[in-house]
Amino acid sequence: MKRIYAREEFCLGCRLCEIQCLVRHSKSKKIIKAFRQERDQITPGVMVESAGHVTFAMQCRHCDSAPCLEACITGAMHRDPKTGAVLCDADRCVGCWMCVMTCPAGAVRRGKDQKAASKCDLCAGDKTPVCVLNCPNEAIVYEER
Amino acid sequence: MKNDSTKYLVIGNSVAAVAAVEAIRETDAAGSIVMVSREPKHVYSRPLISYWLAGKVDDGRMDWRPRSFYEDLKVKAVLGAEAVKLDTSKHVVELADGGRIGYEKLLIATGGTPIVPKISGRETAGVFTFTEWADAERVGSFIAERKVARAVVVGAGMIGVKAVEALAARGVRVTVVELAPRVLAAALDERAAKLAEAAMVNAGVEVRCGAEVEAVVAREGRAAGVRLKGGAEVPCELVIVAVGVVPSVALARSAGGAVEVDRGILVDDAMRTSAPDVYAAGDVAQGREALSGTKRAIPIWPGAFRQGRIAGLAMAGAKVANYDGALVMNSVSVFGLATISVGTAAVAPAGAEVLVSERAEPPSYRKVVIQDGRVVGAMLVGDIDRAGLFTGLIRSGTDVSAVKDLLLTEQFGVLSLPAEYRKHVVSGAGIEV
Repeated sequence: MKRIYAREEFCLGCRLCEIQCLVRHSKSKKIIKAFRQERDQITPGVMVESAGHVTFAMQCRHCDSAPCLEACITGAMHRDPKTGAVLCDADRCVGCWMCVMTCPAGAVRRGKDQKAASKCDLCAGDKTPVCVLNCPNEAIVYEER
Repeated sequence: MKNDSTKYLVIGNSVAAVAAVEAIRETDAAGSIVMVSREPKHVYSRPLISYWLAGKVDDGRMDWRPRSFYEDLKVKAVLGAEAVKLDTSKHVVELADGGRIGYEKLLIATGGTPIVPKISGRETAGVFTFTEWADAERVGSFIAERKVARAVVVGAGMIGVKAVEALAARGVRVTVVELAPRVLAAALDERAAKLAEAAMVNAGVEVRCGAEVEAVVAREGRAAGVRLKGGAEVPCELVIVAVGVVPSVALARSAGGAVEVDRGILVDDAMRTSAPDVYAAGDVAQGREALSGTKRAIPIWPGAFRQGRIAGLAMAGAKVANYDGALVMNSVSVFGLATISVGTAAVAPAGAEVLVSERAEPPSYRKVVIQDGRVVGAMLVGDIDRAGLFTGLIRSGTDVSAVKDLLLTEQFGVLSLPAEYRKHVVSGAGIEV
C-alpha cells in the first residue's frame, strides 16, 4: 500500500506538517484559528523528531502486521478494508493504551484529553495527506515502495 | 445438542478462539467450524467488564466482533454449552448436556479460572470473582439491589485494580487488600507501585498492602465485612476476590493424560499439544516465553491473539510464521495514571544495567533494563507516550549499546534507533507481539 515516507536529508524541521495535520483534524479547518484555539485539543498524527541537525517527520506506518490491531481490547483500532489504513475509532476507544505499548514506531499517542488513542489516519482517504501536500521541501512523500 | 461432527472444533469464544477462527478462514474458506462456549454471550471483550460495570461502555460496545461474526465466517456457534470430556483417540468432545462433537482438528481456548483462596465464609452472599461479563452483571445488580456503600477487593493485581476503579465509579467506598508489599506487584517495581498507590489513595480508596484476608464476616447470611490476619475488621457489604487466574485445564485433563498439562496445557511453537490434532492457545496454554525461552502460562491479551492466530493457521495447514514466544506486557491505568510494563522490568536480572528517569509533577517514572547490550525490560508511569519504541526494541533484540544514552531523553524516537532496525520499523512491515 501507499505509505508516507520521510526524506530526512530534505527535512528542515519546520514542523509545518504538524500544523497542517492539526488544521486538517480541527473543527475550524482554519490555520490561525486551529493553531490558536484548538491545538490543546488535537494531537497531530505526525511528529517531527530531531537528533542534532537531523530532523525527520514520523507517523503511523499502517503496518502489514500491525501490533496495535492485535492488542486492541475494544475493536476501536481497525483496518479500513478499502484503503488498508489502520484507523482508531475514538468513540469505541476506552484508553487502555495497549496500542501505545505495542506500536514499534511509537506512533500511537494518547489524545490530548487522554480519553482515546490518537494517530495518523492518512487524512481519511484524501488523495494526498496534508503533511505531504504542504511540505515546503518535499521531505515527506506518499508512495508505494 | 445432538451429535455432530466438524472439521474444526474450537472450544472457547474469546480472543484466542476468535483469532484462530479468522486465521482458519484465511486459508480454508469452506471447512466446517464449530465454536463451543460455556458463556451464552456473543463474542465480547473480557477486559472491558470493569469499564462496563463503571458505566463507561454499554452492552453494544462489549461486542469485540460484529453481530454478524459467526455468519460472516460460516461458524456454527454453540453458546451456553460446556465441553466436559475429551477423547483424543476417537477425536470426540462431549458436552455437559450429553451431546458429542467429532472433530478433525481441535482447539482448546478455554481461558482461565479465577483463583479463590480458602478464606472462611467465601460462599457468603456478596462475595464475587471478577473475570467474565456475568460476574460484572452479578456485581452490578448486587450493588443496585443492596445499595452497597462499602466494598473490599482482595488482590491489587490487574483485575483487582480495575475492579476497584469500577466500584469507585459506582460510588462505592473501596478498601483493597493485597498480600504483597505493593500494588500491581507482578508488573511494577516499588517506585512505580508507590505512584499507582498514591493515585488510588487520592481517589478515596483505602489501600492495605502486606495484609491478608482471613475470613468473610457474615451477618444474616450476607457479607458484613472481612477479617484480616491479626484481627482487624473491615466492614463492607460486597467482596470481590481477585487474586489471580489459573489456566482452565479441566477439559484437557479429562483426556486422561493424553494432553500434557503442567500449569497450563503445554504447547509447542505451532500451538500443538502432546495429543495429535489437538491445539491450545490463550490463557489456558503454556507456551514459549520470549525472553527466557521457557514455557510459561502468560494470561495477556496480545499473547492470546498471537497464539490463537498461529493455532488457526497450523490447524488449517497453512505456513506458520516463526513464533518467538509471548512477551510479558501490561498496560493498566489507575484512576487516570497510566502505567506500562514490558518484559523483565519489575525485577532486573542480575548483572543488568538499569536506567531511570523521574519527574515529580505531574508524576512520571521511566525505567529501562539493559542486558548484554539489549533492552529486556521497560517500565513507564505517567508519561507513557511512545512506550512501544521500547517494546519493539525488546521484541527485536536490537543491540542498543550505541544509543543507550538517548533511551531516556526527550528526543528519543525512531530517529534514534539503530539504522538497520529503524529501516525495518519505517518500512511498515510491523512486528509480532
